[in-house]
Amino acid sequence: MKKLITALVLGGAVCFAGGGTASAQDKTVKIGVLNDQSGLYADIGGPGSVLAAQMAVEDTGFKAKGWTIDVIAGDHQNKPDVGANIARQWFDVDKVDIIVDVPNSGVGLAVNNVVKEKNGVYINSGAATSDLTNAQCSPNTVHWTYDTYALAHTTGGALVKAGGDTWFFLTADYAFGAALERDTTAVVTAAGGKVVGGVKHPINTSDFSSFLLQAQASKAKVIGLANAGGDTSNSIKQAAEFGIVAGGQKLAALLLFITDVNALGLNVAQGLNFTETFYWDLNEGTRAFAKRFQERMRNKAMPTMDQAGVYAGVLHYLKVLDAMGGNPHDGAKVVAAMKATPTDDPLFGKGEIRGDGRKMHPAYLFEVKKPSESKGPWDYYKLIATVPADQAFTPLADSKCPLLKK
Amino acid sequence: MQALYAQLLVGLINGSFYALLSLGLAVIFGMLNIINFAHGALYMMGAFVAYFLLEYAGIGYWWALLLAPLAVGAFGMILERTMLQWLSGLDHLYGLLLTFGMALVIQGLFQNYFGSSGLPYAIPDQLRGGVNLGFMFLPIYRGWVVIFSLVICLLTWYLIERTRLGAYLRAATENPTLVRAFGINVPRMITLTYGLGVGLAALAGVLSAPINQVRPLMGADLIIVVFAVVVIGGMGSIMGSIITGFALGIVEGLTKYFYPEASNTVVFVLMVLVLLVKPTGLTGRAN
Repeated sequence: MKKLITALVLGGAVCFAGGGTASAQDKTVKIGVLNDQSGLYADIGGPGSVLAAQMAVEDTGFKAKGWTIDVIAGDHQNKPDVGANIARQWFDVDKVDIIVDVPNSGVGLAVNNVVKEKNGVYINSGAATSDLTNAQCSPNTVHWTYDTYALAHTTGGALVKAGGDTWFFLTADYAFGAALERDTTAVVTAAGGKVVGGVKHPINTSDFSSFLLQAQASKAKVIGLANAGGDTSNSIKQAAEFGIVAGGQKLAALLLFITDVNALGLNVAQGLNFTETFYWDLNEGTRAFAKRFQERMRNKAMPTMDQAGVYAGVLHYLKVLDAMGGNPHDGAKVVAAMKATPTDDPLFGKGEIRGDGRKMHPAYLFEVKKPSESKGPWDYYKLIATVPADQAFTPLADSKCPLLKK
Repeated sequence: MQALYAQLLVGLINGSFYALLSLGLAVIFGMLNIINFAHGALYMMGAFVAYFLLEYAGIGYWWALLLAPLAVGAFGMILERTMLQWLSGLDHLYGLLLTFGMALVIQGLFQNYFGSSGLPYAIPDQLRGGVNLGFMFLPIYRGWVVIFSLVICLLTWYLIERTRLGAYLRAATENPTLVRAFGINVPRMITLTYGLGVGLAALAGVLSAPINQVRPLMGADLIIVVFAVVVIGGMGSIMGSIITGFALGIVEGLTKYFYPEASNTVVFVLMVLVLLVKPTGLTGRAN
């Protein structure tokens, strides 16, 4: 196996060196969608993100203009080493130009390093950690959809303001949970609140009762769920069972996707406050996209914000390539051009990509509707507040990103 | 101290799922000599059948407790008749590979149609709410799960170890040819036994549907732990698997309290220790 990998890496290095000489008139692009295709986070990104990337390619209409654009998919199984290996193989052997999505912050950070080393393009939509545009920012990376800073400040800030000044964290025990807990703790303490305790649980836990009992015993006013996907929905469902909300403690679902709400059902999820940067029913543009997406999705699900970010990110990338007149196969150059070009798409509206790679757009504080308020399937959210982009994401003054210091 | 009682009780609740699942595995291994890796997938199917019954036929939880194990048990018997029976007498590895493959196919099919995040299933009205025990708030449904699975476990043990039917069954495992000579249809008994083991898995699935999300991978996450339980208890030992199931639930619960990061590895550490000291498991006999 080791020999095989060495051969792949060596062979790839040779090819890569050759690839650099391609002319700017080259109109071929290969897009790799890398995410969890079959596990805990498969509904958040998964095959839906592949569909979103394909739809973006079709919607540009660039095939008629002579472009050849391929979309391929890979399953990182939520393992950083698997993700990094696929990314290496994609750049070295398969001649992939751009990697998109990559949820799971652990994998997201590992792939970040590979893309930088191989000078590819990286549009991350699925991972949450704000480190991607902060301490670990890269000239090859755009972080599109959301991050732990935005989640912490929007949801966390709103709950502290509403009187939730003591917190207990239920944290997924890997890079993502740690980043989300860190960013939320900063918000809570800055507002004069206090974190009274927390517990770290392994990713993909099915029973949360032990952890919930500890949270209950802490008497904290807010229980912050710094986890995602199935872990979050199981925590919420079991918290209801143990009478936690009925007992006066509030749940903060720091990261919740529409597929989680769908899985929980409105009876259990109603009243939860959480943050997203995309919802299918925001405006005409989002509704039109969601309708087309749902028709083609194999389990007829609505797009998540992660999948929406993949669509919008690929769209912007291809538009910039077209404006450049061809694909230079030079990641840093393409990302620089993407930052210089304002973004505009039907899902996130007008925006820009900041020097640290952070895509700027508003964040929305939502509340899950009561069953009586919902008009039908997937009608789940009530918009509570809109946070402008410059307040939703890390202020440049606070950023440790080396790219900003010139 | 109060928190400790609460953790013990919560551990016992999780232990009931381990016990029900490992019991089914032990029955199948003890009687058929098959390491049933499809057990997790069949557990998942039990939960899904409960969901289908409610969603498409309006049949609630109580009937699902009976109908889902019957339906999935029948499905299991079809699997046994069409595939597993051809493996009798071969090495364990063949059965393990076949059932593992079946599990992947079943889970893949469900995931294709229902996604990975799962479907909601509510706690039945009669078992809603909870009681305050002083040291913890016990949801009534969890209490029900402990008692019900304990009863089912003991009934199964009684059926196999104390009744005439069970005696035939055990005899058929020891010496099928001789038992056949007495005019007993051994292949049919084997099929029914597999159906029973599968039914137990499906029953655990229905019990778990209101607590966990009904999702295609719910069994895949659990089955590895349950295998560890069976190995610790001693392969094929009925009482061993019941006791170990409950005991390991408690051990895991305590770990979640004292050192949560290790809660999903503690069972395997124990397995290694037990195998080092007593390779046949706690209650297993050497062949």
